[in-house]
Amino acid sequence: MITQVPFLVTIYYSFREWNLLRPGEQRFVGFDNYANVLGSGVFLSSLWATVLIVGVSVAVAVVFGMALALLLDRRFIGQGLARTLLITPFLMMPAAAALVWKWALLDSNVGMVNWAFSLVGISPVAWNTDHPIVTIMIVLIWQYTPFMMLLLLAGLQSQPGDVLEAAAVDGAGPVRTFLYMTIPHLRQYVELAVLLGAILLLQVFDPVAIMTRGTGGTKTLSYLLYERAFVGLEIGEAAAYGVLSVIVTIIVAMVALRTLFKVFKTEGTR
Amino acid sequence: MSTSISPTRTTHENVKRHKPLARRVGSFGLSLLTWALTAGFFFPIAWMVFTAFKTERDAATMPPTFLADFTLENFSKVFDRGFAIYLTNSVSASVVSTIIVMVLAVPAAYGLSVRPIKRSTDVLFFFISTKFLPIAAAVIPIYMLLQAAGALDNITALSILYVGMNLPLAVWMMRSFLIEVPTEIIEAAQVDGARFRTELLRIVVPIVAPGIAAAALICFIFAWNEYFLANLLTSTIARTTPPFLGSFVSGRGQFLAALSAAATLAVLPVIIAGWVAQKRLVRGLAMGAIK
Repeated sequence: MITQVPFLVTIYYSFREWNLLRPGEQRFVGFDNYANVLGSGVFLSSLWATVLIVGVSVAVAVVFGMALALLLDRRFIGQGLARTLLITPFLMMPAAAALVWKWALLDSNVGMVNWAFSLVGISPVAWNTDHPIVTIMIVLIWQYTPFMMLLLLAGLQSQPGDVLEAAAVDGAGPVRTFLYMTIPHLRQYVELAVLLGAILLLQVFDPVAIMTRGTGGTKTLSYLLYERAFVGLEIGEAAAYGVLSVIVTIIVAMVALRTLFKVFKTEGTR
Repeated sequence: MSTSISPTRTTHENVKRHKPLARRVGSFGLSLLTWALTAGFFFPIAWMVFTAFKTERDAATMPPTFLADFTLENFSKVFDRGFAIYLTNSVSASVVSTIIVMVLAVPAAYGLSVRPIKRSTDVLFFFISTKFLPIAAAVIPIYMLLQAAGALDNITALSILYVGMNLPLAVWMMRSFLIEVPTEIIEAAQVDGARFRTELLRIVVPIVAPGIAAAALICFIFAWNEYFLANLLTSTIARTTPPFLGSFVSGRGQFLAALSAAATLAVLPVIIAGWVAQKRLVRGLAMGAIK
C-alpha cells in the first residue's frame, strides 16, 4: 500500500506541469511531460545505463556466485568460516560499501587496487573518473555475489542425497553427475537468482549517488528521477520518469512473476 | 524441500575413502582456490576495519602501511560529529519497524497459509508485487505528504515507511515457513478446543520461531542499511547512519581513517547479527526467495 497508493498520485503528477520554484503555475498538460522526457534523449541514455549496469552486474554475480557455491559445496578445512566471510559483503551497508570502494580501494592515489596493480606492473587506473560504470559494477558485483551464492548453495544442497548416491553407484563420474543432474536441478534456482537480482538492482541508487553522482554514463533511472525531482524540482517531469521506470520494471517483473508462479505450482500449496 | 546447509551427504564420500593421489592434490588445489577467493572477497571489509585504527597520515600513504600505529582517535572524532545521534536514530527506526512488521506479518501469513481464504494466492502476489515497484516512483507523493503533515525529518514517519517497505517481504517469508508446519499438529490443537489466539501463540509460533527470527533479521538488515528514503526524508534531527556516511563523499583533506571508523561502526551491528544467525539467514533468504 505504501508504495502503490503514492504511485497512483505519481501518475496524476506526471500529467501536470509543476516546478517547485514556481508553485503557483501548476496546470494540467496531458502527455507533454512524457513527450519532453522521451524527446530529450536523457531517458533513453538512462535506460541504457540501467540495462547495462544491471545486466552486467547480475550476469557476473551469478557466474561468481555459482563458482563459489560449487566450491563451498565440498568438504574442506574451515568450510564454515569461509562461508561466513563470503556472505559478509551482502550484509554490508551499501552506502558504506560504496564509500570504502570509492576512497580506500579504487582511489587513483591511495587505492589498494592500483597498489596491487603496481605490484604486477600495471600502470595505475583512474577508476572514478575514467571508468565510472566499471566502479559501480564492481561494487554491485561484490555485494550481490554472496546473495547469488547463498541461493545457489541452497539449491545445490537441496539435491536429494540418495539420488546422487545412486548415480555414484551406477558409475557416473562427478562431471556427468554435474551435467545431467545438478545443472537441471539448479535451473530454477539460477532463473530465480537472475530475476531477483534484476529486480533488486533495477532500483539501484546508493552507489550511483555516492560514487559517481550520475556522471559518465551511470545515470540510472532511479537516480535520474531523484535528480529531476529533488535537484531540478521538476515534479511533473520527475513523475513521468517515475511512471516510465515502473513500466520498465513491470516488464521484468512479469517475467519474474511467471517464473515464481511456476515454482509455486510445483512446490504445491496447501 | 530441505534447505539445510550442513552437509548431509557424507555416506557416498565415505565409500571412496582411499582417493588416488591425483584426486587429493586436485582437492587440495580447490580448497586453496576457495580460500584465495574468500580472502579476496573479504579483503575490503578487513581493510576498512584496519584503516579505522590508523592515523590519518598512515591511512593515506602509498605504498600502504601494514604495520601502522594503533589509535582510537578516529572513533572519538566520529562521535564528536554527532554519530551517537545517528546511530540511535538508526536503532529506533530499524528495531521499531521490525517489531511492528513481525507483529503484523505472522498473523497475516498464518491466515494466508494455514487457513487459506479464497484467492489467497492473489493476495500474496499483491504483496510481492509491491516489492517490484521502484520506491523512486512513489517517493514524490510521500515527500509531499510528509511535508504537508510537517513530518519531514521525523523518525516515526521513517519507521512507518520501513514497515511498509518490509511487510510484504516478511509476509511472504513467514508464509513459506508456515506451510511447513504439519497440518496434523494444528488440527489436533483445534480438536482439543484451542481458540485462534491460543492456536497461534501456543502451537504455531514456537514451531516457526527460527523462521520468525530469520524474517525479523532480514527486515532489520534492510531497514538498517536503507539510504534512499533516509537521505531524502530526514535532515538533522532524524538523520540515520547511511546518509550520515554519505556526507563523507565530499571529503576534504584527510578523512580516510575517520570514514573507515564511521563505516566500521555502522556496519558492525548487522554483520555481527548476520554472522550469529547465518544459518537462519541463509534458510530465510532461500525460502523467502524460492517458495
